[in-house]
Amino acid sequence: MKDNSRTILNTLDRRTFLQAASLPCLAAFGGALIGPSLASPLFAAPPPTEDDSQFIREAKFYEKLPYKKTKCKLCPRECVIDDQERGYCGVRENRGGTYHTLVHSRVVTAHIDPIEKKPFFHFMPGAVAFSLATAGCNVNCKMCQNWDISQVRPEQVRASYAPPDKISAAARQYNCPVIAYTYSEPVVFLEYVLDCAAAGRAAGVRSVVVSGGYIQADPLKKLCAQVDAIKIDLKAYSEKYYKEVVNGELKPVLEAILTIHKAGVWNEIVYLVVPTLNDGDAEFQGLARWVKSELGPDVPLHFSRFYPEYLLKNLPPTPIETLERAKAIADAEGLHYVYIGNVPGHPAESTYCPHCRKKVVDRTGYTIAGVYLHHGKCKFCQTVIPGVWT
Amino acid sequence: MLKPPLTPTRRSFLMQGFMLGSTLAALKLGDGSAAALPSPAEAGRSRVVIARDAKIRSAGTGFDSATLSRLLDRALQASFDCDTPLEAWKKVVRPGEVVGLKVNCLGGRGNATHPELVEAITERLRQAGITEIVIWDRQNSDLERARFKIAEHGSGVRCFGNDVMGFENELSTFGKAGSLLCRTLTQVCDAVINLPVLKDHGIAGVTLALKSMFGAIHNPNKYHLNAGNPYVADVYAFLPIRQKVRLHICDGLNAQYEGGPSFMPQWMWPFNGLLVSRDPVALDYVGWKIIEKKRAEVGMKSFEELKREPAYISTAADAEHRLGTCDPKRIEQVEI
Repeated sequence: MKDNSRTILNTLDRRTFLQAASLPCLAAFGGALIGPSLASPLFAAPPPTEDDSQFIREAKFYEKLPYKKTKCKLCPRECVIDDQERGYCGVRENRGGTYHTLVHSRVVTAHIDPIEKKPFFHFMPGAVAFSLATAGCNVNCKMCQNWDISQVRPEQVRASYAPPDKISAAARQYNCPVIAYTYSEPVVFLEYVLDCAAAGRAAGVRSVVVSGGYIQADPLKKLCAQVDAIKIDLKAYSEKYYKEVVNGELKPVLEAILTIHKAGVWNEIVYLVVPTLNDGDAEFQGLARWVKSELGPDVPLHFSRFYPEYLLKNLPPTPIETLERAKAIADAEGLHYVYIGNVPGHPAESTYCPHCRKKVVDRTGYTIAGVYLHHGKCKFCQTVIPGVWT
Repeated sequence: MLKPPLTPTRRSFLMQGFMLGSTLAALKLGDGSAAALPSPAEAGRSRVVIARDAKIRSAGTGFDSATLSRLLDRALQASFDCDTPLEAWKKVVRPGEVVGLKVNCLGGRGNATHPELVEAITERLRQAGITEIVIWDRQNSDLERARFKIAEHGSGVRCFGNDVMGFENELSTFGKAGSLLCRTLTQVCDAVINLPVLKDHGIAGVTLALKSMFGAIHNPNKYHLNAGNPYVADVYAFLPIRQKVRLHICDGLNAQYEGGPSFMPQWMWPFNGLLVSRDPVALDYVGWKIIEKKRAEVGMKSFEELKREPAYISTAADAEHRLGTCDPKRIEQVEI
């Protein structure tokens, strides 16, 4: 569902938080506001008082090349960047032959979300996640719902300085057991994710990542070592779609999912079903078979409803029948946890025991009506339900 | 129309280091004929003037302003078949218009649009009755690195980057491109004169008139895939760009045949010239061939061999875009 509650993290004092959280528009989204709302257009010229240097760090994953060029080694794109130029993501810049991230601690939005909104359905149900993002993304999906932060350069959107210790302290202050890196693409602010996750871990706060999974193996392994769960937006099960709609590639994303799985980090997969573009039966079946054969039947797979946005406003929302067809195909292939997302109230939002078929996590929208698990097992038949439940 | 509020005087403008030459008398001008000119695509045949003069170089690394002005004048007169430069400029702009000069500053001091050229153009524009001129590019810092002095406020001649005015809230779309246009283009300027640099581009082959308009959008980093094809053409096809950009004067005082868009002095050569055209596609085609020729002279591989041929030039000329012509038979190349 479109997230209209994104806001800027400017201050984290309790007064501001309470003032903001009292705004009526937020209740509908189950989120809580941090800082003042964005009343002014996002692309108004930003205030000139920001000190950019506080956001800039040398990038961790790159190579230096002759003639002051750099090659980014963060994502499979491997941008070769001239001096004073930026990579595809728009948030990494070559300055005199040294590559920099421009978005460390440069938070453009932060608020408190139910973990179900990410969505994670097998990870601490009912928990709230301190959720944040910086500008930038390393793909350019035509259906991006947050393009106004993901497809812009850092200087084009207002941001606040939020170093990792401030994030972990804020999460604790607002009783969030989890920090979620989400909304845009955490891969492009990886250095910041790693530092926040380390700070959070030291403070007893877990970290989860919501990503498109377009990342190289080395940085991904470092990420897996620091975070507790990763949700991958698998945009389609075809290279054609990745090329034409995502501006990326499928193969590296599948490899990333395997890396996450092998690392033992909890993983869920979301597939946004876009009418006419990635909604074929063969694609659903191919995806389900790949998940079962490579990851096993217990990895949750969410088929989510598309709403017209950004460059795909010409398409209608996904018919619910299409989502149900996708679920039926994946169920038939033997996957145990197939969900339908962005359709509040649909029965397939809940978790059912694959053995006794009884409801073990009862969800409506982002609300948990009941959890019928005991030590990670079905309360009714004792079948183990995989996940991170506490 | 949005304008920054303060008004620097001409004196303060000069104090900021941008020399405009001698006092310019206000000339009483009639209505120009800019609006009557057909678009390049409609004209059927596009003229590209290549004006060169080795004498523009003064002692040291500078340029002789008088010689440069004369070169500019000759190029404009040849472009519009006019007896005087003023006649030519009156075919480009009309008194009362706010005219943007889109410079290209990415290469910094070494291979950006020269302020000396901008100064010469500014002088002629003022003589043609233009009182408000905006020199702009991506960011203030880019302009400063290229020796321009920021003057954000007031009337007269202003100079600032897109970071000052910001971008539109609504996307412009064409083909595969979807971008926010800078407000300097959409809300400040009535007309734009594009001032790219004659240089190589390590991904897109060359960066000339068409690609220079990446400086008008918020997300150029997204459009370098496939050597910029079709993105360069798609972006130029955004309606405000194709409607407002009236003339292209490519700065070839120094040119670069390899290593661009960054400044690489070892691959520069003194071309000592300007390329002028109303057709960005024709200008790009001619500029591309000049760079290819230079590369061949020094024994470098062609762009085709390097898989960075600027195919976006022919895309810009196709039936979908119609931004100009890259058919050599339809390009009238005039060398002076």
